Amino acid sequence: MKFKSLTIYLLVSSIFLLCLLSILKIMSTLQGINFTNLNISQNFILGICLSLGLLVIGNKLNHLIKIFSFTSVFTIFYLYINESAPIWYYISVFLVILFFSHKVKNYNLNYLKEDFVSEKIIFDFITLFGIIFFAFVILFPFYIMLVTSFKTQIALLVNPLDFSLNFKEDLSDLFKSYFVIFDTYNFGRYILISSLVSIGTVIITLMFAIPAAYAVARLNFFGKTFLSSSILVIYMFPAIVLVIPLYTVFSQLGLRNSVVGLLIVYTATTLPVAIYMLQGYFKSIPKEIEDAGIMDGHSWFGIILKIIIPLSLPAIASVALYVFMIAWNEFLFSLMFLDNPKSFTLSRAIQYLTGDAETPRQYLMAGSVIVTLPVLIIFIYFEKYLVSGLTAGSVKG
Amino acid sequence: MSNTLSKIEKRTAYTLLLPAVFLVFSIILFPIFANIWISFKEVGLKDIRIPEPRAKKIIKYVSEDKSELKIIYKLRNSSLIQKITDVEFKDKLPKDIKPIDLDSRCIFKSKIIKCQFGEWRPKYRENFEILVKNEKNKEIDKKIIKSQKPNLSGKSDNILLTTNFTLNNFKKVFYENDFIDLLLTTFYFTFFGTIGAIIFGILAAQLVNQNFYGRSFMRSILLFPYVGPVVALAYTWTLLLDPNSGTFNALMVNFNIFDEPINLLGQKYMVMNIFGFELKLRLALTTVIFFEIWRYFPLAFLFILARLQAVPKDLYEAAEVDGAGPLKKFIHITLPQITAIISILFMIRFIWNFNKFEDIFLLTGGASGTRTLPINVYQQGFAISDIGMGSAVSIVIVLLLIIFMFIYFKLIGRKANEI
Repeated sequence: MKFKSLTIYLLVSSIFLLCLLSILKIMSTLQGINFTNLNISQNFILGICLSLGLLVIGNKLNHLIKIFSFTSVFTIFYLYINESAPIWYYISVFLVILFFSHKVKNYNLNYLKEDFVSEKIIFDFITLFGIIFFAFVILFPFYIMLVTSFKTQIALLVNPLDFSLNFKEDLSDLFKSYFVIFDTYNFGRYILISSLVSIGTVIITLMFAIPAAYAVARLNFFGKTFLSSSILVIYMFPAIVLVIPLYTVFSQLGLRNSVVGLLIVYTATTLPVAIYMLQGYFKSIPKEIEDAGIMDGHSWFGIILKIIIPLSLPAIASVALYVFMIAWNEFLFSLMFLDNPKSFTLSRAIQYLTGDAETPRQYLMAGSVIVTLPVLIIFIYFEKYLVSGLTAGSVKG
Repeated sequence: MSNTLSKIEKRTAYTLLLPAVFLVFSIILFPIFANIWISFKEVGLKDIRIPEPRAKKIIKYVSEDKSELKIIYKLRNSSLIQKITDVEFKDKLPKDIKPIDLDSRCIFKSKIIKCQFGEWRPKYRENFEILVKNEKNKEIDKKIIKSQKPNLSGKSDNILLTTNFTLNNFKKVFYENDFIDLLLTTFYFTFFGTIGAIIFGILAAQLVNQNFYGRSFMRSILLFPYVGPVVALAYTWTLLLDPNSGTFNALMVNFNIFDEPINLLGQKYMVMNIFGFELKLRLALTTVIFFEIWRYFPLAFLFILARLQAVPKDLYEAAEVDGAGPLKKFIHITLPQITAIISILFMIRFIWNFNKFEDIFLLTGGASGTRTLPINVYQQGFAISDIGMGSAVSIVIVLLLIIFMFIYFKLIGRKANEI
């Protein structure tokens, strides 16, 4: 039993350390350091020795002294095994091993005798590994997007692995791609159109959705059950089956290449989910408050304006943000309806740029950063509202 | 009394609902039915432009004192295939200027030239000339005449409104379109994309449900791929996976994991040799599925996390007292708690992935064996310019969708209300 859990502990922990060191090595390679070997087997054995050492010493030494001495010794071993590199890399290795040694502080020979210890070890390390794995897999493309926008096409063709940024040079050189896409590719205009369309969609959607949601939530009328159950069904119908008829009708009405056309379509496609989200919230408002409003002689309109809206501001905010994000990120309709560069939205403009193989990739990535950044900032800042929106809206995407 | 009140209530309800219902009807429900109409017609992209009579105005002086000039109208029918009938022409002349020897089809009355051109056949062209003269023999300003635009109108048949129907589109969809392959690719993409997103969602939710430093930050990061704009993310991936100078291939070659760069998005099959068995992997499709998982597992994560946080803690404590390890706790407590939400997620994501267009279009454009039904709608309608065919494929999608929704509401509809 003890032997089994010991083996599992050694294996799992050293695989974890190996992953940490490999990710560090990959990220350093992208800073222009010339590594060509991950040294998997040697580093794995190193990891086993380190884990074993830490386990055997256990609590016999002061924790700080223990981890610092082990880390120093093993960093030196690591240097000996691996290729030479600049000093900041060794400092990073030192920190990684320090982090690892600290993380395994709970493990000692006695701990291995407990029940289910091998399962617990695996779960612990999967958690640790999972955090690093998910963070790396998700952030890596975003990182590449950002750093590519600061590089040049020629430099990247010479060495596709060198993403190091030279901060010593002129800052205007570093941000050159951003100046270029604003000057030559008219991105200022596209930002304006995208903002106009997204904010317009939010306002019109709310104007239509709030009264409708109130009617569904509160009033009795013929066909209510049918309507409220068909909202979600309508929402499930995908944009791709609407595209051809809308394209034909919009061409004949002259609504293609116009902001108005986009506003109509975006509003209609976001309305069902907006109504669904709002009516759920309206139902949770106590009816007595409205009755008081009726007593005061308010009309239905007055009740909505003076009672319902002020009371449901958080829900309205989350609907607004959610609709804004859908409209800002929307691509299919802007692809179909816009073919004149004068009326492009940001997404369509970036897609248009990629159509030209000559467009250097740093411009594309600078454009991508510009279209991504507002959404991510809004998301981080208003996360609380947005998450509730995402869960209630639940399914779009 | 109560009767009138309920009447007022009804009327208010309809007034409040009308704008939203009208908009949704005209933009979402009308097109779905319009698809049926179009799918039974042979319509190309070029047919949906309404033929227009057009005129371009050219002006030349004919006398030396510039008091006489010739206006040439280059008239044409904008359509190459459809005729226009009852073409009417109107143009206005400035004060004191009159036409000389007006064409017999035209009349001049109170400064306006009005002409009846009758029928124009497809591709019709004519250079129509009018000589005009200033009555007071003064110089005529070219710019004033040029700035006045002629007004043309005419009648034409709208091919969409005729009643000729045909079944050819559906025949083509089923027999000339690799329909089986199309369907299989769509299901492969949908099924594995959905399953993968849910598995990663469970893992991530299980992870974030534990206590560690930076947990709320981690939750935000996990949602990044879902909230980011698809265009930016898809192009970043394309760049990353580019076989010539993409970071991914460069890294793999650098560390000797790959012998040579692999075109992950442009190669249809990859032959793998596992224990002597030759396995043909649909490479580009698999890559697209991975993108799909990467982008949509956050949604599954969000739902499963919300459910996990509602699981009472004492369940786990009781299990611990009974001597259950982490694995047993996961299988016997966590999994039963999340099966309902997983089945709902599966159905919803299945329907959405089934309709996914943007991701595949931006990554591969439907090439290298990634042609799914929605991509086919675009290819037929806009790349091959066969609107009727595109509509027919849309109809197939809608029918399959209705079947899925029926299953969804039959099987899971009741469960969904319980949660």
